[in-house]
Amino acid sequence: MNTLQQIRLIWKPSVFLLCLIPAVLVVTDAFELTGRLGANPIEEIQDRFGNWALRFILITLAITPLRRLSDWNWLSRYRRMIGLFAFFYALMHFLAWLILDQGLLLSAILEDIVKRPFISIGFLAVLLLLALALTSFTAIRRRMGRNWQKLHNSVYLAAILGVSHYWWQVKKDITEPLIYATILAVLLAARLGWRYRRHRAKKNPA
Amino acid sequence: MLIKKPADLKPSEITSEKNYLNRRDFIRGGAIAGGALLGGSAVGAVIPDARLGKLANVTKSPYSTSEKANSFEDISTYNNFYEFGLGKEDPFQNAENFKTRPWTIEVSGHAEKTGSFDFDDFMKPFDLEERIYRMRCVEAWSMVIPWVGISLAEVVKHFNPTSKAKYVAFETLNDREQMPGLNGRSLDWPYREGLSIAEATNPLPILAVGIYGNVIPNQNGAPIRLVTPWKYGFKGIKSIVKIKFTSTRPQTSWNMAAANEYGFYANVNPEVSHPRWSQARERRIGAGIFADKQETLMFNGYGEDVAHLYKDLDLRRNF
Repeated sequence: MNTLQQIRLIWKPSVFLLCLIPAVLVVTDAFELTGRLGANPIEEIQDRFGNWALRFILITLAITPLRRLSDWNWLSRYRRMIGLFAFFYALMHFLAWLILDQGLLLSAILEDIVKRPFISIGFLAVLLLLALALTSFTAIRRRMGRNWQKLHNSVYLAAILGVSHYWWQVKKDITEPLIYATILAVLLAARLGWRYRRHRAKKNPA
Repeated sequence: MLIKKPADLKPSEITSEKNYLNRRDFIRGGAIAGGALLGGSAVGAVIPDARLGKLANVTKSPYSTSEKANSFEDISTYNNFYEFGLGKEDPFQNAENFKTRPWTIEVSGHAEKTGSFDFDDFMKPFDLEERIYRMRCVEAWSMVIPWVGISLAEVVKHFNPTSKAKYVAFETLNDREQMPGLNGRSLDWPYREGLSIAEATNPLPILAVGIYGNVIPNQNGAPIRLVTPWKYGFKGIKSIVKIKFTSTRPQTSWNMAAANEYGFYANVNPEVSHPRWSQARERRIGAGIFADKQETLMFNGYGEDVAHLYKDLDLRRNF
């Protein structure tokens, strides 16, 4: 088996299954096979999916800087899949809120989206991720040309909206949102740094 | 009068102090064994803990609701008690070694009778009642809890406040050694709460010392905590060490932390949203994953007993 086959047949499926574990645990914990969802399972389900959505966005955004620092070019082969998992967990978080928390009560849902800024920005982040997921196919990417990259740069906006959504929602304990915000800030700063260096290198060729 | 053993209790039914204090190890041991069998995590279900000391001479109260009470497990594992951590299960995990004896309550301020009282002496003049109350958290969830406690109105009467006393202020224990959450700056410690004298002498509020007929678990605010069922849960200050009769409105912790979000009154009011979320509906803990939220009632359904206290007040401004 050559390297490409190894990636396609062994590594990618393995990473896929690994990324699915948090979702599987929600189901098995609901039946108390592996753990518990606690006294407020709906809150717990929403929190877990939301947290994993943020973690997967951050992992996606970490791939390029990590590849640059390490020369592990194979990392970029997993970027789309992990990005799609970020969308998957964000969607599950959104659906848990829509169906389990709000009970599909349209008036309450619309009121929350319109009147509660932290929910508005979370909703916006889900919509952005949806657009990115729908345009993630190679064929669409080719057809979109340069516009594809422009659209997909909005992943940064989605990440900022997602972390802000979390920060805004907590009552008092900002420890976890602060951790996410710090990691996001570092990842964004790394990109800005590289962009600045490239810009200077273009202006003053050595 | 409090933890006296009733005569009809067989010695075999009484938990020894050692077993009582080790009850969590017992539970956890069982949970770990169970978890190991299933190959899962070590956090297992918590059994209703009948081995907490039983309270004697408890009478039933007409103020109790007939709604179905939450399970002991829900009540004792889903708590906001920031002194023991910010997560809902943190107090259950972190309060196990909390020492609630000896316990001193200091009564001060504008009252005829003041001083420091040992917990058992403090309790002596009052009758224990079971009061099954709805509890509505400002976070839009609710429970039904079978408290055992004493009427706060009786307590106020006993200490006989003077005409200068307009408010009753409460403080929680502030012991960094025992309360890991105090090392964080989530709130301005110690936790403080207060009621107007009119509220404190209403028949509804109690100082609770038990749940389900047994001594109140540490994570629920042992040995003594306030319960005001028509107000949001954060009014229910836990592990009280100070009671002061004051002439001016006392500072209260959540109001100090975010005055635009948490008012002094903290009355349950479906029409006044929290700035960040609606208070119109609530999630009843224990109702199940597919249960709908229920409508939140004005004053948490206790309007008949308390609405008159606020008849001249604009509840939108005084939230």
